[in-house]
Amino acid sequence: MTRRLLRGLALVYLFFLLVLPIGLIVWRTFENGVSPVWQSLTDPSVLHAFRVTAIVSIVTVVFNTIFGLGAAILIVRHQFPGKRVMSAIIDLPMAVSPVIVGLALILVYGRFEPIGGWLDDRGLQVIFALPGMVLACLFVTLPFVVREVVPVLQEVGTDQEQAAWTLGASRVRTFRRITLPAIRWALGYGIVLTLARALGEFGAVAVVSGRIVDKTQTATLVVEERFQNFHQPTAYAASFALAAIAVVIMLVINGLRPKEDDR
Amino acid sequence: MSIRVRNVSKRFGEFAALRGVSVDIAPGSLTALLGPSGGGKSTLLRIIAGLEQPDEGSIEIDGIESTTLPPQRRNVGFVFQHYAAFKHMTVYRNVAFGLEIRKRPKAEIRERVQELLALVHLEQFADRYPSQLSGGQRQRMALARALAVEPKVMLLDEPFGALDAKVRKELREWLRRLHDDVHVTTVFVTHDQEEAMDVADEIVVISDGVVEQIGTPDDLYDKPASDFVMSFLGPVTRLEGELVRPHDLDVTTSAENGAVRAIVSRVVRLGFEVRLDALANGEPVSAQLTRAHAGRLDLREGAEVWLRPTPGASVLPSTTGGSRQPDSDGALDGDRDGLVDRDERVGRLSVSTLRPGPHRP
Repeated sequence: MTRRLLRGLALVYLFFLLVLPIGLIVWRTFENGVSPVWQSLTDPSVLHAFRVTAIVSIVTVVFNTIFGLGAAILIVRHQFPGKRVMSAIIDLPMAVSPVIVGLALILVYGRFEPIGGWLDDRGLQVIFALPGMVLACLFVTLPFVVREVVPVLQEVGTDQEQAAWTLGASRVRTFRRITLPAIRWALGYGIVLTLARALGEFGAVAVVSGRIVDKTQTATLVVEERFQNFHQPTAYAASFALAAIAVVIMLVINGLRPKEDDR
Repeated sequence: MSIRVRNVSKRFGEFAALRGVSVDIAPGSLTALLGPSGGGKSTLLRIIAGLEQPDEGSIEIDGIESTTLPPQRRNVGFVFQHYAAFKHMTVYRNVAFGLEIRKRPKAEIRERVQELLALVHLEQFADRYPSQLSGGQRQRMALARALAVEPKVMLLDEPFGALDAKVRKELREWLRRLHDDVHVTTVFVTHDQEEAMDVADEIVVISDGVVEQIGTPDDLYDKPASDFVMSFLGPVTRLEGELVRPHDLDVTTSAENGAVRAIVSRVVRLGFEVRLDALANGEPVSAQLTRAHAGRLDLREGAEVWLRPTPGASVLPSTTGGSRQPDSDGALDGDRDGLVDRDERVGRLSVSTLRPGPHRP
């Protein structure tokens, strides 16, 4: 009886929180059939925004995968002064609001700041351009790969790697053939989380991008802009597209979850 | 393929794992590094393999100065206590790993792996994953994997430590036979004196970072160099300030030359043998005799007996002082019996040797 009540409560909660809002977006998107949706999504500015999102997300995933792997190995396998501080700093983006991240980046890389000015003199505009947006996404997605890989790396231990060394495998080979396969699920999970977060990032990117239509506008920014300007159909269509991508990513996450046999 | 270890020292922070250890291991021998946990034997093995760097001293393998060689270039086979199986590879791929690294032709690899799997009785498990094998099977796979690259020496770190008693016994017999067949110089680490005596030709007793004694199992048992070695290798008791094995005590009911008078406090029948606990001058002592012998003497509580070490028995003066010696107060004054229990000693020893610092089980 209690169990049924709890289950009912949970379902009602999820319904009003998740299912109803997202369902309504789908409903509103396809209210007038498929062709207006197609029209909205093929609007050059919308297409451009999705392209910008894709570029920023992919660059973010590449950099943070490399950094995340390196940082995880450093944290688990090496002793060095400042290790605890580094571990704490990596978690910081979880706690800091993305808007603050954006403002902080402007303070460092803005055109009228020392570092930003120096870069600008050499032809690299960071703020109100792609580099700044990538930096913002890198910042907010920093912890995902590290936090997924660290516990698995700890659990795997060093025995297998050392066994590979005694069998003649170099460090690089051992990493490729022993370490990487052992952490592949965790790494994949971290990458997918990073990608999902980068695709949906709004706050930090809104601050550093300057929201320049057809230049630095991303998919989430285009949704907001069209919504504010009463272009509801386009806003709903773009939202639907983003939500659909998120669902696909979620399915990938579930597919990546290791089966019992693999453990 | 000999191994020469010269004056090797190794510290982990404050903890001195090895202090000036020198050992020679003869080509083709089967040697046990025996000692209590935390005594430094695993560290020594890992230094020989190149998995750990000594702070001082040198390692020579097969006449080649190897102290600074990385593990990849020492050509040693290493077997870990917890198997270190490559979990994402089949048994076949595990065993083939070293050969694939050496880029041997496919046909040769297949032939060699089949041969090794037959040697360790795992032919029918070639396509399984390690998670589908029992502990004993995994360890045999690890042995085959190490043997595949034809190492100059085989190093085994507590190879049977994670297995249950029955499998452990089987595997150690099997290791002994394997060594007779393959004849590769083999060194294994154990804290089990029975295992060392059963399997090894030569035993190196290591405790507290130093070598206590090196010799054949018989040497160590019959001529222990210290009371530590004597009590580590088997039960000992103390009679008139001398350490002696309980089964080396002659028990009589009449006064004999050189015998010590004692009052029986307990008689325990343990299957085919009888353990006699007695008090000699107020000090507990323990003797072991056969059932028939005990029956003839008609021993019972409160009876008077005379004890003396049998001629030819190994007897050591029981010196006191220092944490590695049996204390005059602790174990021997026990309420139970005069037996200095090995496990108890080991327990006490590990407490005294466990200092802050990384723990090497």
